[in-house]
Amino acid sequence: MRSMSAEAKVVFQRPHALLPVVTNYCPGCPHGIVHRLVAECIDELGVEGDTVGIAPVGCAVTSPDFFGCDMIEAAHGRAPAVATAVKRVHPDNVVFAYQGDGDLASIGMAETIHAATRGENITVIFINNAIYGMTGGQMAPTSLPNQVTQTSPYGRDVATAGYPIRVCELLSSLDGVAYLERVTVDCPKNVRKAKKSIMKAFRNQVDGVGYSLVEVVSTCPTNWGLTPQDSFDWMRENMLPYYPLGVYKDVVADGFANAAEAAAARNADCPVAHPATEGGLR
Amino acid sequence: MAEKVLMKGNEVMAESAIRAGCRFFFGYPITPQTELAAYMSKRMPKVGGTYLQAESEIAAINMVYGASCAGARVMTSSSSPGISLKGEGISYMAGCDLPGVIVNVQRGGPGLGGIQPSQSDYWQATRATGHGDFHVMVYAPSTVQEMADYAFLAFDKADEYRIPVMLLADGMLGQMMEPVVLPEPKGELPEKPWATSGHKNKRAHNIMDSLYLTAEELEDLNVARFERYQSILRDEQRAELFMTDDADIVLAAYGASARIARSAVVAAREKGIKAGLVRPITLWPFPTDAFEQVMSHAKLFLTVEMSMGQMVDDVRLASAGRVPVEFFGRTGGIIPTPVEVLARIEELSGKVGA
Amino acid sequence: MSRTMNAVLAGFGGQGILFAGKIIAIAGLIEDREVSWLPSYGPEMRGGTANCSVCVADDPIGSPLVLRPDVLVVMNQPSLDKFEGSVQPGGIVVADSTLVQRIPAIPNVKVCAVPATKLAEENGYKALANVILVGKLFAETHFCSEETIRAAVEQCVPASKKAKLPSNLAALEIGMNA
Repeated sequence: MRSMSAEAKVVFQRPHALLPVVTNYCPGCPHGIVHRLVAECIDELGVEGDTVGIAPVGCAVTSPDFFGCDMIEAAHGRAPAVATAVKRVHPDNVVFAYQGDGDLASIGMAETIHAATRGENITVIFINNAIYGMTGGQMAPTSLPNQVTQTSPYGRDVATAGYPIRVCELLSSLDGVAYLERVTVDCPKNVRKAKKSIMKAFRNQVDGVGYSLVEVVSTCPTNWGLTPQDSFDWMRENMLPYYPLGVYKDVVADGFANAAEAAAARNADCPVAHPATEGGLR
Repeated sequence: MAEKVLMKGNEVMAESAIRAGCRFFFGYPITPQTELAAYMSKRMPKVGGTYLQAESEIAAINMVYGASCAGARVMTSSSSPGISLKGEGISYMAGCDLPGVIVNVQRGGPGLGGIQPSQSDYWQATRATGHGDFHVMVYAPSTVQEMADYAFLAFDKADEYRIPVMLLADGMLGQMMEPVVLPEPKGELPEKPWATSGHKNKRAHNIMDSLYLTAEELEDLNVARFERYQSILRDEQRAELFMTDDADIVLAAYGASARIARSAVVAAREKGIKAGLVRPITLWPFPTDAFEQVMSHAKLFLTVEMSMGQMVDDVRLASAGRVPVEFFGRTGGIIPTPVEVLARIEELSGKVGA
Repeated sequence: MSRTMNAVLAGFGGQGILFAGKIIAIAGLIEDREVSWLPSYGPEMRGGTANCSVCVADDPIGSPLVLRPDVLVVMNQPSLDKFEGSVQPGGIVVADSTLVQRIPAIPNVKVCAVPATKLAEENGYKALANVILVGKLFAETHFCSEETIRAAVEQCVPASKKAKLPSNLAALEIGMNA
């Protein structure tokens, strides 16, 4: 083997932005995959030294120990507010929030919607696994109808507990948003697609395109009570029909330079939004 | 000598903050502090700063948290119900040892309460701003000039001790205009090597976090933080003593009610009653040293507040049973009058034979 | 000249009551005296009554909230009704008689009825009845020097509305001679 070392080529290694530490995620948890994808994007953009990550409350609460960039632990749901301020203080920083479904779509929904509608130039990675993992498997805002959880023991009754929130669809109506895509990481092909999407969400920030969010439909083998592979099966069977994968907004693909241009085109008929400028009316 | 101008208390706190190097303000509208936010929205863009109207008080304080993590001098302001919402973020700031300045222009409570002046958030400011073992430094200005002085100083103290600092004002002080000399704008601001603003590949990553899942580690941090609090308790007490040298009846009052108490003391002296006033300027640290100075000759303390009696607890703790402590208060947004305070002094004077 | 003045100015929102109070406070500031100005605030401002307390003194001012004024300037009937009983003996009331129908005699209080709104309209200084009343108050009390009161009006008119300064000064003059 030794004689082959000169010929050896590194084909796979830990991204620099992912620290050489053991995470505390459960076996089979997709958080590790998504962490790696985020770290790869930071590496490839060469921005680790300028990046500030905002961690949620939830399973990724310990992620500040795993990412090599500067990290902030936010209060539950407040990552978008924290990210907003960091980006306003240092517009040249690359700022990302990494949040779960309870954090982003329940307790932090106001912060999520308002950061999006303000068009904060940040990147949000949203892990949707339809359950509160950290606290032991309670009903999440994204839990499916009839899904059994610790706090919906007879299944989520939509008559009393309401319906799941589709975050990409919800945010897609907001003028401040530049890019929304829902992906998953259940197989190599989808992992590669997710990587492309996350990369785009980061690149959008670097290029000033605007608020970008990638929703990763994920699993929770521990709290779902399934093996990792069975979890992906359950996810494909039940979650993907409710949360279809795909691009929900992409102002660049729509032919605009950024979210602001797209918004201006959309509200072009509103006079006060388009005051007369020198050289004539709008 | 800088020019004396006539300004509203709310606006003075804003301008003074800008002069202290604050370039980030996050807030949400609420009476009676709104002029502060409005002033910031006008001035910040002119000084290259950021004014952002947050979606809620909760978002606003978490923006303060974020901006402070990023190393900026940052402020938010609100009135009582809004401060309750900010409690979460203030606790997280304390847990991360983050500086930042929070203004509370108090109004009546509990609940939605009223919009008229009050001092019923003393306990909240000094005891229970949020969950957990922690303190914030609390300055209680009594004049518009002090609003300028302490808004300015608050940023230095926040950075020096890495602690959230609160300016506890009230609707009267916030709304009133008085002549004021504004502080000279600050030049250099302190370095913050702990800030999370990108490691630039020059250092290990900084983490701003208040989560410690190991009990021993969290205890050690809390103990260390309280050791730092000891130096604040020792070095940062501030109070004004007025006519206390020979006083039998010593009033204790802060902020707006201290102005009324002072008038009552002058009136009592005219009637031959030896009254005086201890006016705490820092509420935490509570100025126990100032009370110690009058303890040997005071026959009675009379605490005057716009509340049902909150600071009176700290006066009792300072007295520790050595001097009896009485209370006079008005609530609901009513400002006590010097006449009614004087009547109470006269009544008590008869009792203690002062 | 260095008497203490505790004034209440009251009227409807929009009549410039707070502005009139500010002129008095600025006059105190110019003469380097202790000054406070405290407005009423809240829902009552919206279409309802507005008032402010102004204190000018040589010693530090305790409560800026004036409950027993020695100067009362009113621009509507409800304000006069509300505050007339609180005026201190030896005090003065200046009322806009165009708007205040019932102007009572108050024992030991000098009551000046000035048709300020009418005078303002006749002279083309609409919306400056408030300044006319300040002029009258000055003429009656000389709470500051004549130079100061003019300077105070100059300071109170914001830089963005400097064109309105001559009419404000003229209105002050009308009040002083009313």
